[in-house]
Amino acid sequence: MPYRLNVMLCTGTGCVSNGAFNLLEAFKTEIRKHELHEEVAVIPTGCNGFCAVGPLVVVQPDEIFYQKLRVEDVPFLVQEHFLKGRPVKKFMYTPPETKEPIPIMSNIPFFGKQMLIALRNRGLIDPENIDEYIARDGYKGFTKAITMMTPKQVIDEVKASGLRGRGGGGFPTGLKWEVAFNTQSDEKFIIINCDEGDPGAFMDRSIVESDPHSVIEGVLIGAYALGVKQTYIYVRMEYPLALKRFYIAIEQAKEYGLLGQNILGKGMDLEIEVHRGAGAFICGEETALIRSIQGFAGEAQAKYIYPAQKGLNGKPTIINNVETWANIPQIILRGSNWFASIGTRGKNGDGGSTGTKVFSLVGKVNNTGLVEVPMGITLREIIYDIGGGIKNNKKFKSVQTGGPSGGFLPESLLDLPVDFDELLKAGAMMGSGGMVVVDEDNCMVDMARYFLDFVQSESCGKCIPCREGTKRMLDILERITYGQGTEDDLLKLEELSRLIVESSLCALGGTAPNPVLTTIKYFREEYEAHVKNKKCPAHTCKSLITYTIDSKICIEKGHGCGVCRKNCPQTAITGEIKKEHRIDPTKCDKCGICFDVCKFDAIYVD
Amino acid sequence: MPKLTIEELDKLREKAVAKLRLRESGENRGKVTIHLGTCGIAAGGRQVLTALLVEVEKLGIKDITVTTAGCAGLCSREPMATVELFGQAPVKYVDLTADKIKKILAEHVVNGKTVKDYALAIGSERVG
Ligand SMILES: Cc1cc2nc3c(=O)[nH]c(=O)nc-3n(C[C@H](O)[C@H](O)[C@H](O)COP(=O)(O)O)c2cc1C
Ligand code: FES
Ligand code: FES
Repeated sequence: MPYRLNVMLCTGTGCVSNGAFNLLEAFKTEIRKHELHEEVAVIPTGCNGFCAVGPLVVVQPDEIFYQKLRVEDVPFLVQEHFLKGRPVKKFMYTPPETKEPIPIMSNIPFFGKQMLIALRNRGLIDPENIDEYIARDGYKGFTKAITMMTPKQVIDEVKASGLRGRGGGGFPTGLKWEVAFNTQSDEKFIIINCDEGDPGAFMDRSIVESDPHSVIEGVLIGAYALGVKQTYIYVRMEYPLALKRFYIAIEQAKEYGLLGQNILGKGMDLEIEVHRGAGAFICGEETALIRSIQGFAGEAQAKYIYPAQKGLNGKPTIINNVETWANIPQIILRGSNWFASIGTRGKNGDGGSTGTKVFSLVGKVNNTGLVEVPMGITLREIIYDIGGGIKNNKKFKSVQTGGPSGGFLPESLLDLPVDFDELLKAGAMMGSGGMVVVDEDNCMVDMARYFLDFVQSESCGKCIPCREGTKRMLDILERITYGQGTEDDLLKLEELSRLIVESSLCALGGTAPNPVLTTIKYFREEYEAHVKNKKCPAHTCKSLITYTIDSKICIEKGHGCGVCRKNCPQTAITGEIKKEHRIDPTKCDKCGICFDVCKFDAIYVD
Repeated sequence: MPKLTIEELDKLREKAVAKLRLRESGENRGKVTIHLGTCGIAAGGRQVLTALLVEVEKLGIKDITVTTAGCAGLCSREPMATVELFGQAPVKYVDLTADKIKKILAEHVVNGKTVKDYALAIGSERVG
């Protein structure tokens, strides 16, 4: 008998860290207690995307969406909804503007503008059950390829789809495959890149956690097209759940004869070997990744010859990103025309960016989480319509796309369509899909410093411009945030940037200055405030701000309440109850606690 | 599990689809709602639901959602069900038994003919 209710419980990493596994147990216990276990199934799924309100469940078939569930909520929910059929309003998503709960998932604006291809099965299947993947057209693209298409046709189809690599650079996937196809060799390899080192990014992890078979199926198709027998997936060790689910998926695929020898009785052989990376940003770069698999230190190589011609063990090797692979089955199954009709197209019908892109939307937006949107959607639509706008009614300042290789874009570019070429033209990058929203409380110099600090410590150190150049840039940025910068420093930053971009060995150095260059380009006045006026307009650079108590407000409104004095960890505030209070600037550590605790707005920061 | 051939994979898919069907809403032709308020449960609504689910699977009906809702407000006539074929007015059935719901499934849901004997009212309200 089919279950009348399916409780799709998110067990992506985000929800798991908020107690999803405890919820799973609680649901099972409670459902059994009411003897509903033959009618109601609880299915653990991968990330649903709306991590901001997790842990969450979607009750099917009615698509009722519950958020922020705690174990204590489960008995009431089971009794009311599953037993008595009354969906429970108080656990539903309630937008702050309308205060009216929205019961049905697809009516929630966060999901409204999304379009799922790579994440097509998220929240709908149990990632640890191959049958559920198969039920949703799983392995159908692969069977279509091996029974109805020649390898050349598969490659042509991928080419015609316009798919560009989702790992960062946006290189056309079909073209890459064609190069490897045309290179003569007794052996060829495929590598799945699941290193994902960008700060704040979790797209690849989520795809593997919620739908590992979509990646395996993509690789099967690629292996058929290129005659590959051996593939590797490179996953960082920090992704234990993704690793676990990938291992399970490989085992199940083997059992069904979808991996191993004589696949589906069609004479094709394929193995997937899992490599666990130690979690170094540079190891996501393809040449460093290959070195790492071969057992050497993860250092980049100059790309005189592309891995598609000469990669792992000197043999033609296709490296594609997890999201790229997850798109392949749908392209083969539904056709390149369908895929190419989504997204943007360049002037002569080529170039542009087809299909969808998965972004991890983080920072100062209300609805943080994982979103998949058609290419060409504007930044504004992502941040406001899907992301629900800026947290705490603050003012939007900037959005950073593309991780450390990308850049910061200002409010005036919010209507920019998101597409590989458009972002590049604006000085940013698509990158792998990290999207960090920045509000008025963030200092742009400090943001640039953060990303430079990241690349500086993640540089493999092999080439001097990257190793020493980023260090010098970081020194300058730190000086500026300490209030010791000069106008000359801006020129130096720009000059160093040019030098590093031009002379670095790999793209880590080649793109590292982007966050600095874009912040100087779009937020120059903030740099100038730091170097000329020794002020930090966002009030975050500690050396450049002072906290002062407005004695008039303190006495008249607060009657010298003394709360600031009691809370100051530095004992920098003096004064008596009902009398004027003062901050001793030599003792003040600029922690801002006094500012936060004062109920009368008597403290100002400058 | 022996290794699959393409034909076996297709068969497996068909079986798995039937299991997962109730997980998605949207493209279905209609919906049968069994009212499972306390009154409905006390009057035997759960047995009616079970009978319905078994029958849906037996007949291989793929385009109908079976779901549950709370008390429909007419406790004396429970167990009750609402049949909604999209684009048509919903029909409420009362005083149901396992046999009655099977008949409703065969005649109304499959063949589109309302079972007048068991119906309370047609188009009374929208149940969502
Ligand atoms: C410093 C650096 C880090 C990178 N990290 C990743 C990564 O984590 N994941 C990834 O897929 N690609 C990463 N790339 C891009 C890869 O080098 C490569 O272009 C990509 O995996 C190719 O796959 P695609 O064509 O499907 O995008 C990185 C590149 C650089 C320069
Ligand atoms: S992890 Fe649950 S919604 Fe993302
Ligand atoms: S990171 Fe190694 S050369 Fe730049």
